[in-house]
Amino acid sequence: MEEKGKKPPLLQVIDLHTSFTTDNGEVLAVNGVNFTLEEGKTLGIVGESGSGKSVTAYSIMQILEKNGHITEGQILFQGEDITHYSPKQMNVFRGHKCAIIFQDPMTSLNPVYTVGNQIEEAILIHSDKSKSEARAAALEMLRLVGINDAERRIKQYPHELSGGMRQRVMIAMALASEPSILIADEPTTALDVTIQAQILELMQELQRKLNMAIIIVTHDLGVIAQMADEIVVMYGGRICERGTADDIFYRPAHEYTKGLLRSIPRVDNMKEKLIPIGGNPINLLNMPKGCAFCARCDEAMKICIDEVPPELRIHDTHLASCWMNVKNQNYMEVPDKDE
Amino acid sequence: MTKYLIKRILLAVLSVFVICLITFFAMNAVPGGPFNSEKALSEATKAALEKRYNLDKPVIQQFFLYLGNILHGDFGVSLKTGRDISGTILECFKVSATIGGLAALFAVIIGVVLGAIAALFRNRWPDRLIVFLTTLFTAMPSFVFATFLLMIFCIQLKLLPVWDASSKSLVLPVVALAAYPTAYITRLTKSSMLDALSQDYIRTARSKGVPTIKVIFKHALRNALIPVITYIGPMLAYILTGSLVVENIFTIGGLGQQFVKSITNRDYPMIMATTIFLAVIMVVMNLLSDIMYKVVDPRIKLD
Repeated sequence: MEEKGKKPPLLQVIDLHTSFTTDNGEVLAVNGVNFTLEEGKTLGIVGESGSGKSVTAYSIMQILEKNGHITEGQILFQGEDITHYSPKQMNVFRGHKCAIIFQDPMTSLNPVYTVGNQIEEAILIHSDKSKSEARAAALEMLRLVGINDAERRIKQYPHELSGGMRQRVMIAMALASEPSILIADEPTTALDVTIQAQILELMQELQRKLNMAIIIVTHDLGVIAQMADEIVVMYGGRICERGTADDIFYRPAHEYTKGLLRSIPRVDNMKEKLIPIGGNPINLLNMPKGCAFCARCDEAMKICIDEVPPELRIHDTHLASCWMNVKNQNYMEVPDKDE
Repeated sequence: MTKYLIKRILLAVLSVFVICLITFFAMNAVPGGPFNSEKALSEATKAALEKRYNLDKPVIQQFFLYLGNILHGDFGVSLKTGRDISGTILECFKVSATIGGLAALFAVIIGVVLGAIAALFRNRWPDRLIVFLTTLFTAMPSFVFATFLLMIFCIQLKLLPVWDASSKSLVLPVVALAAYPTAYITRLTKSSMLDALSQDYIRTARSKGVPTIKVIFKHALRNALIPVITYIGPMLAYILTGSLVVENIFTIGGLGQQFVKSITNRDYPMIMATTIFLAVIMVVMNLLSDIMYKVVDPRIKLD
């Protein structure tokens, strides 16, 4: 698959399919997702609720709900497929190679254990440090994430900390075992705007210090614009567009992305009215035959109903799956499937 | 914490006083008296007896006389047997508490383990079996279950004695007494365990690479035990003080039996003493469970 001698990418997700077994049938939450994450880079996954962005993240960590399972595809970590890992191997991968922080720091920490206990636990699992060494390391992590008075905080329970501080604790815990990937699942959604900026800055700072890759999952385009080297836009379990922040924000090539951008306020054009995307997110139980966004798309054509659009290269770094690009001949080439 | 304890103890004294008051007047409001059933008593003897036990005085005065006595630690003597009441109650309590304590221990251990298993194997056969059994034991009255136990283990299989002084004869009463609380704790643990397992912090623990066993026992179980603990306090109070039904079926001279006997005998001082004793146990157990609550859940503030 890759040239000899070349180091495999840090993380490669190939044709990932994840579905949930429910009483109403099989819900296809992720439907053929591909992306590559290089060391030290930031990938942003953006999409609305139900687009499959969080499920993609949870699939990588294999922390799906009991009824969820990866049905197809590969997840290669440094060239090794982790989807066939045993639970034991997976426990080494989780936390040690790849860590995750969640949307709601209020409920993501165990209320009955101290902050210190929970960080130390993460350290002790993945190293043979003694309890006191783990304590010292936990203190250092708390200082690293910018918590003042760490000696006092380490003995406190989650309910004694503010939301922003809890998210810092979550980050400290996630980074305690020096993972090479940090997945941030809506890391700032539950926080105040001022705290949001602090947390994002902290993540960027730590990324530089520790040279880790970040996957940031969010519905907040502002967060993505600030953080990501590459952006993946998801809709209905598929990737509809990917590219650099500039590609996505200045030259969107998918009707869904265009709609998303029209629906957020811009500093340079405050007078323009915001236009919401009409209709509701699609029902994953009943996926359309063609483009998933078709029913809500103003530009929908007949072919959109019948066929899934292929991913076309619009520009070097910029790919999109929209029939409009075919109609307008707005593409460079059809990417080689065997690439 | 100290302030809280003082407040709680003062409140406890108040509760016990109110219980005393209500019991004393309710007891006296019921027609009849301790010496009514004895046909042979002459009017003169009866009057003499009533005078001897202050029963000829107004009820209010009787109440305060009684209060004065118990404040001196004097619970009086049984009107029926003439024996010292504190001694009788302690003796009976020892019997009830032994059986009750064992039953409570059984109920908590088995209940929590079965509840956790049911939650982990939700909708699979171990869960279904446990749900069936808990429904059965919650629904079956203890006299039916106790009788079944006697029939099967003592009469049919002859594994255990129907009654003797050995510790073997404790087995069946303990099982009979534990059946309901075990079933209840199992159900409680199962539902709170399911709730705990679906929480975000469980996902966090898994994402740290914590092995499943530790996720369940460290992260889920401790949270799941919080509602169980609130039940254990009152359950202990109830179970330690003896069950009338189980004690009667297995002919155990415990507190439950004593209590009912004292009521049918109109043995006023005995009724009062037993009531106060039960009230104190109940209040103490509730206080203990509140303190336990705080130990398990740091979010609880006692004040």
